[in-house]
Formats: sequence, C-alpha cells, structure tokens
Amino acid sequence: MHIMEGFLPVKHCIGWGVASAPFVAWGLATVNKRIRENPEQRMLLGVATAYTFVLSALKMPSVTGSCSHPTGTGLGAVLFGPAAMAPIGAVVLLFQALLLAHGGLTTLGANIFSMAIVGPFVAYFVYRLAKAVRLPFGVCIFLAAALGDLMTYVTTSVQLALAFPDPAGGFTASFLKFAGIFAVTQLPLAISEGFLTVIVFNALARFNPQELKDLNVATVQEMKA
Amino acid sequence: MKRFQNLILLALVIALAAVPLVMIKKPAPGSDDKEVEIFAGADEQAKNAISTIAPSYKPWFKPLMKPPSGEVETCLFALQAALGAGFLGYWYGCSATRARMRREQEEGA
Repeated sequence: MHIMEGFLPVKHCIGWGVASAPFVAWGLATVNKRIRENPEQRMLLGVATAYTFVLSALKMPSVTGSCSHPTGTGLGAVLFGPAAMAPIGAVVLLFQALLLAHGGLTTLGANIFSMAIVGPFVAYFVYRLAKAVRLPFGVCIFLAAALGDLMTYVTTSVQLALAFPDPAGGFTASFLKFAGIFAVTQLPLAISEGFLTVIVFNALARFNPQELKDLNVATVQEMKA
Repeated sequence: MKRFQNLILLALVIALAAVPLVMIKKPAPGSDDKEVEIFAGADEQAKNAISTIAPSYKPWFKPLMKPPSGEVETCLFALQAALGAGFLGYWYGCSATRARMRREQEEGA
C-alpha cells in the first residue's frame, strides 16, 4: 500500500496531507487523554504499536505471485478506537519513508490516509457492527482485522486511480488495474492478519480482561463465548 | 477446540504463506531471455502500472535516503520487526508472570 516517493502529483499529495492531518491530531489528543486518565493502559498501547511494527515489516508471498504486507492496525483500532491508530501508523510510515525508501515524504499523507485512517476506521466499525449482531468474539475480531487490512489496499487503489485515470477507461479501468495488483494480492494476507489478530486477542482476553472491559472492548462473558 | 485454537490459527497463517510459494512456479524466460521475476513487491508493480497508464509522468521527488543495497534494506526491515516482536515478547512475559504470581498468591492464602 506504499505509494512510492514522488509518484503522486503535487496536488494529490497536498490534498491527502490536508485530509490526514486532522485525524493524526485527533488521534494524538485521544491517546494523550487516555494515557493521562488510565496510565495502566500504556502497556496495551505499546502492544498495539508493536503489532503494527511487526506486521507491516512482514512481506508475505501471495497467490498472485507477488508480495505484500499486512498492516496490523486493526488491533489498536478495536482497543483504542479508530483515531488512535492515525499517529501510530504515521510513525511506522515515517520510519519506512525515511530509512527504507518505502513510501515517501511526499506521499506520506496519502499513505497515512489508507493505512492509518481508513483501515482502522473500517476495523473499528466492523467490530462494533459484528458485536451488535452478537457474532462470537473471535469472529468479530477476525472480520475487523481482515476487512480493515483489505480496505487499506482498496483505498490505495482508489488513490492511484484518482491520480492516474486510464486514458481510455478513465477512473474505473484504472481502479480495476490497481485493485488487481493490490487488493487481490492482499486477500490471503488479510485473512492471515485476521487470524493473527485473533491469537493476540486470545492472549489479551486471558491476561488483560480488566483493561478490555475498561476500554469497552468486551466483557468477560463475551470473550468466553 | 478452544484449547487448540491458537495453534490451528497459526498453522493456517503459515499455510496461507507457504501454499503460493509451492504453487507458483517461475515461468520460463521469454523470447528476450530475461528472467521473469516472481514474488516481487506489489508496491513496485503499482509503480510499473503507473508508467504504463501515464508514460509521460515523471516522479517529482526522490527518496532522501535509499538503503544502499538489498542487504541493508533487509537489515532495517528486520530491525523494525525485531522492535515490535521484542515489545510483544516483553508484554507476554510480564503478563504470564503476573498471572502466575496472582495464582500462587491465591493458593497460598
């Protein structure tokens, strides 16, 4: 989902930057407030950050014969709400842009928007919806993490299609082309991310049930179901 | 079922990554005798797609710093994963020990 440095026209870079900035600020404010009020949740915030670090470094082979990586943002979104992952994802993307030449400073806004905003928001609302219709806890987590991951890559495809519409087929043809590269490759990886996130939540449910309850994620009864 | 859930999930994740590795074979080199690359990064492919859709587009900014070689890049990726995995291990160790001590205390009381 990394749009490479310089590969978005200037206007698009600025546009996505302007769109992302308020979310990062909002996320910073919620994270700060939460840590001030509940210092014991610092550990879980670390877990969410660490998880994103690990997963976005793992480039895995996919059925399309190309490689891509999961995002790991669903975990933190379910724990801390959708905005909290915006600054955390931004840190990861900045690390990769500066040191690894993956993504870039000019495309940072667009990449934050797909990975650290759309993905977490999708994950958060899918989780809430799945929980509202009383799906089992593990299924809720799986759906949230997998769909959040997938929608990040769909967003990247939209961003590229907006910037580079096909001369003949326009936005749609271009979107299908980029989605064929990103979203299809991502399908098995999104499923993997869903499974891995369930594993982490199993551990969280075992070791940090009180925090999960305080964070309004799930009650002990719900987690056992 | 619940007891083995984590193991089953982990096995599925490994299978999802391993199956394409086994199934997808490198196609024979084309007429220009160039090796066909498989399992390239999707980011790179998107870059190539941009060049076919908009051949006249020139990237207007270059990365400030590029890892000088694939080896260095691997090192930095490993560092990123190690930082994350290190913290996850720390959390797991702390949590497991805390749970055990609590249990022992309850048994002792």
